[in-house]
Amino acid sequence: MTAISRREFLQAAGALIVSYSSASILEPLGFGQGPFDTHASHVDPRQLDSWIAIAADGTVTAYTGKCELGQGMLTAQSQLVAEELSVPLSRVRLIQCDTDLCPDQGTTSGSQSTPVNFNDRNLAQAAATAREALLGLAATRLGVPAADFTIADGTITAASDKTKRVTYGELVTGRKFNLPLSTTAKRKTASEWEVLGTAVMRLDMAAMATGQLEYVHNVHVPGMLHGRVVRPPRIGATLVDVNESSVSHIPGVVMVVRRKNFVGVVAERQWQAVQAAEHLKVRWNGGGNLPAQGEFYHRLRTLKPWRDASVVNSKDVDTKLAQAVSVIKATYLHPYQAHASMGASCAVADVRDGKATLWSPTQSAYPTRNGVAMLLGLPLESVRVIFTRGSGCYGLNAADTVSYDAALLSHATGRPVRVQLTRKDEFLSESYGYAYVIDQQIGVDQDGTIVAWNYEAWWPSLGGRPGYDKPGNVITGFLAGFEPDRVMAQPAGEAPVFQNRSNAAPSYVAGCAGGSCGGAGKVPSERVLTHTVPSPFFTGPLRAPSRLQNTFAHESFIDEAAAHVKADPVAYRLRHLRDERLIEVVKQAAKAAGWEARPSPKPTAGASGRGIACVAYSGDNGYVATVADVEVDRANGKVRVKRFVVAQDCGPISNPDGLKNQIEGGTLQGMSRALGEEVTWNDQNVTSIDWGTYDSLPLGFQVPAVESVLINRTAVPATGAGETAITVVAAAIGNAIFDATGARIREVPFTPERIKAALAEKSSHTNPSGRQPNL
Amino acid sequence: MNSINLTVNGHAHTVDVDPATPLLYVLSDDLQLRGPKFGCGLGQCGACTVIVQGRTVRSCVTPVGTMIGAEITTLEGIGSIDRPHPIQQAFIDEQAAQCGFCLSGVILEAKALVDKNPNPSDIDIQQALSGVLCRCFVHTRMLRAVRRYAREKTA
Repeated sequence: MTAISRREFLQAAGALIVSYSSASILEPLGFGQGPFDTHASHVDPRQLDSWIAIAADGTVTAYTGKCELGQGMLTAQSQLVAEELSVPLSRVRLIQCDTDLCPDQGTTSGSQSTPVNFNDRNLAQAAATAREALLGLAATRLGVPAADFTIADGTITAASDKTKRVTYGELVTGRKFNLPLSTTAKRKTASEWEVLGTAVMRLDMAAMATGQLEYVHNVHVPGMLHGRVVRPPRIGATLVDVNESSVSHIPGVVMVVRRKNFVGVVAERQWQAVQAAEHLKVRWNGGGNLPAQGEFYHRLRTLKPWRDASVVNSKDVDTKLAQAVSVIKATYLHPYQAHASMGASCAVADVRDGKATLWSPTQSAYPTRNGVAMLLGLPLESVRVIFTRGSGCYGLNAADTVSYDAALLSHATGRPVRVQLTRKDEFLSESYGYAYVIDQQIGVDQDGTIVAWNYEAWWPSLGGRPGYDKPGNVITGFLAGFEPDRVMAQPAGEAPVFQNRSNAAPSYVAGCAGGSCGGAGKVPSERVLTHTVPSPFFTGPLRAPSRLQNTFAHESFIDEAAAHVKADPVAYRLRHLRDERLIEVVKQAAKAAGWEARPSPKPTAGASGRGIACVAYSGDNGYVATVADVEVDRANGKVRVKRFVVAQDCGPISNPDGLKNQIEGGTLQGMSRALGEEVTWNDQNVTSIDWGTYDSLPLGFQVPAVESVLINRTAVPATGAGETAITVVAAAIGNAIFDATGARIREVPFTPERIKAALAEKSSHTNPSGRQPNL
Repeated sequence: MNSINLTVNGHAHTVDVDPATPLLYVLSDDLQLRGPKFGCGLGQCGACTVIVQGRTVRSCVTPVGTMIGAEITTLEGIGSIDRPHPIQQAFIDEQAAQCGFCLSGVILEAKALVDKNPNPSDIDIQQALSGVLCRCFVHTRMLRAVRRYAREKTA
């Protein structure tokens, strides 16, 4: 595999470029802060040619900064371009996340790919601009008003005279568009869609199923060596020395590389690198002294400094709680969880002659470019990151850090190096999803209506996404001498407007701040306060970051409140909700599941139960409600989920089958996270380091049915859809367990031991509501 | 280093490697095959699965020296994009993947099962796939694809 320039690429793709100039490389976009904290790119996102190129044969090449991570973005974005330009899907080529070819769209994350590329900006806007420009060119060429044209199959035809026609290839041959993106170019309306909105089969499916797809693990560069890393054996340990002669007996070893606390080995063959990494004698100093896991949740409340954030504060919560007819309270616990990608991460770097090329599975091509430039001391324009498919990441797995590993090892050896992390490396190198301790309090009036909701949470953080200037935010950058983002003391200011990006506020509060109310609910007295505290481990976004943990707490607690006042969980939710789209998914899920209206728990305690949970993801980026049917084996504490019914609204649906795939996968991944997944550690290091110690549900278990109800709203902007369904799963299961047994589980994962403990506690008390879990 | 003769996807190969080298590294590095993948290197996840004499083998923990003369089949060895194997076609028809990294394990383990047991029960399928992971959790579609393959094979 060899890297080619944008110019060469366009030529190879058939587009004829007459006016390409490298001058624009010298013109950064002007909104940067400094040499690294910039979005400097020679691909100007304001220019149509940065997004769309049409070749002489009519092939449409589109360039995007949102990449295929397994979520279907290759196919969906190809559909978008095919639709707006009225060409068959087979004539669209999508180039994803290559810093030499594509606009900088930051990170493919946060359920933002659909919102930013499928509405009225960026890729969608570019495609609409191209269509409008082509119509204009045709009008000039054929002497027919643009309004008279129809477009089909990449050919523009005058409706009044069908002999007047011209193809895209004929129109643009030899030219770039040389136009800015138009803010007025009209997208097609959903009612006109023929490709978008249909269940197009994934363009990469056959290649995946037949073992033909190139993943980053399959990249071969001529002369490529193989690297492995040697991580510290204890969190926080520093390097004393490396005994290079300890691996001199292993054939093929090319170099032992050390940079501050980073250690790696490079060998001619992969197996030699594996052995060298195993045998290398390294002395480390200090580290360890990790807090005991059993006391960790309790300690989170005491760790300092706190970075506080107030999402909303009506300043009357204490008064309203004091006046309430009754008050319930509970504490919810969520562990650190791992991305635990199927494939241990891999990257290939070729750093030679002052230039670096990276083949990387990163979600963040441009930020990774910047990080590598900082690590190697290279100018930004000398580093190219070519996104190459990896294993599904679900957030900040070790993809970025392994890219740094490869860059450091290739830089040291002056030859291309492929780095494959081991499974243990992957578990020890990734940035875990956040642990949470969440205290909840609700006060109700004489009708059982909630009058006040009080939320306070503690969650640990260290590092995070490296962004454009923080390579120390992941382990390799840190080991190589760069500082991570650490929690700095910060008091909570007053939120100027209500924003519920992390779903720290429950859906049931009014969300009033700055003179308006943006919450999805009606509860007027509200306080939502979070404390970010230092983490001993690197942390980072894991699918539905913070939203999942918060929603577990909110959607379990609203159920506790419903049970407290003996209300039906669906009716009780609807009583407190205001957001029409959220109300609709709750109704649709309940209807499709055949929800029987009655309070939980079931009057006759048995083995089976049903639970519901819902969320307006990130406040307004997708709406979901899920009903879970479970069976609980009281003897062994095991939960079997029999069925999920998921109603989801993400605005206009780009690909119904792709959406279903995301709903099904997200729901079952959420089930695995709810039932078994937990990062564990001892005083030295993390101990969940393989599939025997980190519990992911295998393919061979009694897989529940996942029934999807898709609500297709075409008159609203498109929202994200990859993180919505997973967000509600733990609460839906927990609520179903409560419905079946009357036992409330407030700690994820719901292991058999915890379920048995909750059952035992339930049988020793008459009122389970409001009890604190043991801390 | 030894010269080792292997038959992979019907083609004879000679590689000059340490016989202790895991088969996976030879398949992906020397033969540049893309089907079997490094998932865990511990035989726990299935991503490196290949078929040897009708049985599934975890190539990441199988020394290449034990495979001399064996007939090895990888995911790309059973079908191609133009002519997928019926089980691959079943996965395509069911759109049964997201990132696709696990498919060697899922497809080849299921194929080995159905080839031996054309009418597998749900329990049989569960048992056969108990050592295979898919972290995108495409489980419902994958199980549908396996049943579809079994159904179409016996039809």
